[in-house]
Amino acid sequence: MSIKQNFTADAVPDFRNLGVVARTLIGVNALAFAAALAAVPDWGAALERFVLVAARLEPALALTLAVLYALAPALGRLRYWQGGAAVVALALALSALLHVASAAPGEAATGLLRTLALAAIAALLLLAYLRLLTRAYSPALAEARLQALQSRIRPHFLFNSLNAVLSLIRRDPRRAERALEDLADLFRVLMQDNRKFVPLDDEIALLERYVNLEQLRLGERLSVVWELADAPRDALMPPMVLQPLLENAIYHGVEPATDAGRVVVHIARRGARVLARIDNPHIPEQANRAGNRMALDNVRERLQLFFDAEARIETRVAHGRYVVEMEMPYRSAHA
Amino acid sequence: MPEALRVFIADDEAPARERLRELLADLAAELPTQVVGEAQNGVEAVERLPATRAQVLLLDIEMPGMRGLEVARHLSGLETAPAVIFVTAHDRYAVEAFELNALDYLMKPVRAARLAAALTKACAAGPPAREQLAKAAAQAREYLSVAERNRIHLVPVRDVVYLRAELKYVTLRTRAGEHLIEESLVALEREFAAAFVRVHRNCLVARSAVRGFERSAEGGDEPHWNVVLDGVPERLPVSRRQWAEVRVLAKEA
Repeated sequence: MSIKQNFTADAVPDFRNLGVVARTLIGVNALAFAAALAAVPDWGAALERFVLVAARLEPALALTLAVLYALAPALGRLRYWQGGAAVVALALALSALLHVASAAPGEAATGLLRTLALAAIAALLLLAYLRLLTRAYSPALAEARLQALQSRIRPHFLFNSLNAVLSLIRRDPRRAERALEDLADLFRVLMQDNRKFVPLDDEIALLERYVNLEQLRLGERLSVVWELADAPRDALMPPMVLQPLLENAIYHGVEPATDAGRVVVHIARRGARVLARIDNPHIPEQANRAGNRMALDNVRERLQLFFDAEARIETRVAHGRYVVEMEMPYRSAHA
Repeated sequence: MPEALRVFIADDEAPARERLRELLADLAAELPTQVVGEAQNGVEAVERLPATRAQVLLLDIEMPGMRGLEVARHLSGLETAPAVIFVTAHDRYAVEAFELNALDYLMKPVRAARLAAALTKACAAGPPAREQLAKAAAQAREYLSVAERNRIHLVPVRDVVYLRAELKYVTLRTRAGEHLIEESLVALEREFAAAFVRVHRNCLVARSAVRGFERSAEGGDEPHWNVVLDGVPERLPVSRRQWAEVRVLAKEA
């Protein structure tokens, strides 16, 4: 099963999954037994009755599961309500088929409506139960998604930086050392578990290391203006949410330009919220540059997983500059 | 001692150019080279390289102003076009996106041994074929070029008002003047379909330059439509075949 399918929480359960098949078998039989138990007074009679019921139930159940198994990939592609409707319809159709087929020749198939009602109830209950199970596991899904979203620096940045360091080793060994230290710090954060919040202070230090490295490559073509006077340095935030935005600003706003470009990093506290704004020269022809919106979507999705609707991130073009603005709740590391 | 190989380096990052110079110096014993010029963007490379009579160009793929592949295409018009070695920090996957997989390239950081091998190979192979470069290019060029003896004249595509096929050449008309380029109108039409429209069997005009149309029946010709263009006095005839397609521009103009 592909990862993608794992993540589509909004689809019917995968009927090729052993757990789902087993739960369905046990669940439907338990339902039948409970019904038998409720209908007659003592255990013995109930058991007898269950055996009778099972003789009609099992073939229908087995057939339905077999067909669901065969159709599982197609069902997985449907929206939940479509898939659910398909499952119920299948259960109904197959039960009806078996009901009619098992009726004695010449005898009218009586009680068809009752069979259908029972099949529908069983199918709906099972679907609801499996739905609840998926919901219960969804935090794990979110966790997995967070890990998959762990921010990634563009590979070309790493190789360009290494190349720049190589060029420094003979001319300016000390600067080469500093650059490698910056690179090490950056990658330490990149590779660590990015699900724990960090103080803004750490994030700013990281941005500075990152800019040092970019400066090494781009020299005077890059100037970064830091507006951090009102930055709440104790604010907690998910790590590596600002760096991808700064990287984007340089990748799209400075690197493609022949002239020098200025990037402004503004971070401030606004009441109970932290505001971060990064803006860079807007270069319209940049739409076709690789990975245009990926970093932004990645940060947006991580913010949403961490803060749900409490964070927002917006982009706009104003006065020839491309602006990314991000807002999240302020939470102090000292609280 | 054999004559040193004349090398030109084009890369927008100063440390990257420095690194290549270092590597070339390291290789000097087995492969004598001489760096005859450098450029920090694509346009600069096209403007500077011809005068240096460079034999090999070490060319970064992604540079501001003009991408590496387009640089190579313009230079291929030179009488003594250099061999080209593309250099990139991007991985294989990204290189595929650059449509460059058909051509040779080195990955940054470059190793001395790879550079030596590439130089030897490039010298043997000579300049890349024009057709191959054109085929590799996924994007339309930003400039058209007129190769002169020791110079390449670049004309931004956005300055072009119309392109008209003559006997052997295509006349490229800007508001400022005219140039002759050696390309086929069919290929130009394909490459610049977004910006140009065919008005006649032998003529493409810039969509943005179309001012309007006027009826004409001079010299006893059959009456036909002429296109009126921004910034140039001449009126170009619209063929009956193209009229249906072109007339929609009249409404936009």
